[in-house]
Amino acid sequence: MESKVRSILIAGVGGQGVLKASDILSAVIIEAGMDVKKSEVHGMAQRGGCVTSHVRYGSRVYSPLARKGDVDLILSFEKLETLRYLDYLKEGGRVIINDLEVYPPSVNMGEAEYPPDVIDLVADHVDTVEVVDASEKAARLGDPRMVNTILLGVLSRHMDIDSAVWEKVLRKTFPPKVVEKNIEAFHLGRKD
Amino acid sequence: MKVLMSGNEAIARGAYECGVTFAAAYPGTPSTEITEEFSKYEGVYAEWSPNEKVALEVAIGASLAGANAMAVMKHVGVNVAADPLFTVSYTGTNGGLVIVTADDPSLHSSQNEQDNRNYAKFAKIPMIEPSDSAEAKDFIRIAFEIARKFDTPVFLRTTTRLSHSKSVVETGEPKPSGAVLEIRHDPRKYVMVPANARLRRLAVEERMKKLADFAETFPENRIEMNDPSMGIVAAGMAYSYAREAFPEASFLKLGMVHPIPAGMIRAFAAKVDRLYVVEELDPFLEEQIRALGLPVAGKEHLPFTNEFDPGIVETALSGKAANVKALPQVTIPPRPPNLCPGCPHRGLFYVLGKTKTFVAGDIGCYTLSFMKPLAGLHSCICMGASVGMAHGMSKALGEGGHGKVVGVIGDSTFIHSGITSLLNTVYNQSDVVIVICDNRTTAMTGMQQHPATGYTLQGARTRQLDLPSLGTVLGIENVRVINPLDLKETKEVMKEELERKGPSLVVAQSPCALLLKKKGGGEKPLRIDPDVCTGCKVCLGLGCPAISWRKFDAETEKTFKKKTKKQEGIAVIDRDLCNGCTLCSQVCKFKAVEEAK
Repeated sequence: MESKVRSILIAGVGGQGVLKASDILSAVIIEAGMDVKKSEVHGMAQRGGCVTSHVRYGSRVYSPLARKGDVDLILSFEKLETLRYLDYLKEGGRVIINDLEVYPPSVNMGEAEYPPDVIDLVADHVDTVEVVDASEKAARLGDPRMVNTILLGVLSRHMDIDSAVWEKVLRKTFPPKVVEKNIEAFHLGRKD
Repeated sequence: MKVLMSGNEAIARGAYECGVTFAAAYPGTPSTEITEEFSKYEGVYAEWSPNEKVALEVAIGASLAGANAMAVMKHVGVNVAADPLFTVSYTGTNGGLVIVTADDPSLHSSQNEQDNRNYAKFAKIPMIEPSDSAEAKDFIRIAFEIARKFDTPVFLRTTTRLSHSKSVVETGEPKPSGAVLEIRHDPRKYVMVPANARLRRLAVEERMKKLADFAETFPENRIEMNDPSMGIVAAGMAYSYAREAFPEASFLKLGMVHPIPAGMIRAFAAKVDRLYVVEELDPFLEEQIRALGLPVAGKEHLPFTNEFDPGIVETALSGKAANVKALPQVTIPPRPPNLCPGCPHRGLFYVLGKTKTFVAGDIGCYTLSFMKPLAGLHSCICMGASVGMAHGMSKALGEGGHGKVVGVIGDSTFIHSGITSLLNTVYNQSDVVIVICDNRTTAMTGMQQHPATGYTLQGARTRQLDLPSLGTVLGIENVRVINPLDLKETKEVMKEELERKGPSLVVAQSPCALLLKKKGGGEKPLRIDPDVCTGCKVCLGLGCPAISWRKFDAETEKTFKKKTKKQEGIAVIDRDLCNGCTLCSQVCKFKAVEEAK
């Protein structure tokens, strides 16, 4: 019997490490013995634009793309990007938001407003919202790039995969110089 | 070993494992990584050719020498390669020849959404289409098997979603291909003068008949019987979507989309109550199935445009609306792709946007300059089009067009297909100013080498094309070299060249900001002194992602020492994004920009 396929949507802005995060997540899922497909877009879309990655897993996955209304969890690296893909979330789904604002060009130029109440808007819309100050934590750890490892730690709490499996993959992913720091970052996200 | 691979990585791996030793390509999203990955394997030859036509001709030559060779390109690249394509279909090859076409439903990174399955039918070349990375790795091997067995070029079609999604692949060891490399003469097969071509034309029809028979027993065309009330014919990624949307349905999964297995389709149709085709873009299979006299539904329910997902397929065929919550009622500012901070194109297009000219544009990062606030580019059709279009416009306008028409083109794009058009501006003498935005790389697709970078795909140092000298050799009398990050120089040179009679060539030379970053370079970040900034917003006109506008809030409004009564805020630079190109300090009349401490 094929088990139900679960879908995670990771959203963010070019350069934030969304694709790296979804690569690690997918490797963890394979390590845990499941089938996985993930989807992303390169090229022009990456020049400072939105970046999303769908990660889908279970005993047998066909589509690398999730459908709207069917995502179990949205992991958002940036507040506004959460709103953009909220229609992908299923009834009862969970949203994890990194408490960070990156202004789009129209906001930078003073022509549009960055919605001031993103978290409230999301909270009105879904039952379970978790706001994480991952960017701040990463800065405190000494490398803003570790925001993705911290967020993966937060995400890992909602997946039934042993922390040893995550660690094994993280050790394979990062060069020796930064591996211990990243494992620390992962546990920082996983613990609180 | 089980590994996660993108469709592109899997094609490269599969080619390597089955003994392909030769690849030629021009970069183009979503196909680029196939050749890049392939080039890293032991014992293979891979090159960036100047364009897709050259790449295909190179691959044809290699396969005539007996090699298993592939030519790799994005969908519109096949348009460029179409000339040799249609005739290599007649000649066949000695080794194996596979053309990988990467289509882009939804136009993620393209100027059109053409469905290249039509090329298979048009050029009478078989086409196979995998539906995930594991199949992609197998199908490239199968493509070469078919190529050799039937003495035909073979298309492998992928789409953006397949190329750039990742799934699990079982890797194996490479096997030698057994290819015999030697020169073989066979003029009746390879000299396509009419008398020979007429005979080969018949051979092509014979071959297509044999391939149609082969399709009936080809194991990758398979019937998966389940609930017979709904039968779905699908291939590629569309199969994956449909399989998930309708897990109970019966499927005819086509691994080969041209030619189609008519007998198998008839047999499948007879077993199911209602027959559907699920395919993105054109009703390619649907029309052929209808021509078999079978009642079939497809595009009356499914969209002609954009890629699908399981939800789109389910909603379209079941007629039931998907259970999707509406987004919160709020305007979400878009996040369009933008030129990077420090991008040299910004300087050039800041200047061009302020001239009263028509700027014929081309394909590359700089195409993004059409957007506000730069608004310095006014057309984009295809690779190389800018030069010819600018010339045509200048000629049509006559005297009225003097000093008003510019053509801009990237360095890689110019080499791809701008050289002959530049020659034409000399031959037929127009008053255009052609600008090569020379950022020393193929930036948009991710920093690929080309003939003017001095390095090959596999890292060998080679002769470096000198673009200004080429302009001179082609007969351009006015060749200028500028630094587009120097606004004063750029403005002056553009003014002088626009005033001149006859064609001019301006080579705007400054390396891509990402290239500098990759090499560990880049300038020191800048900051705006809030005590000096008058809030005039001129620097915002550069559209730099590192500069943003900070409007005074109620508190600052009271306490801030304003430079003018009307001042509403200040501009700030994000030092993490800034790489110190100095364009903002050049436009700031108040000298508010300084080096960040």
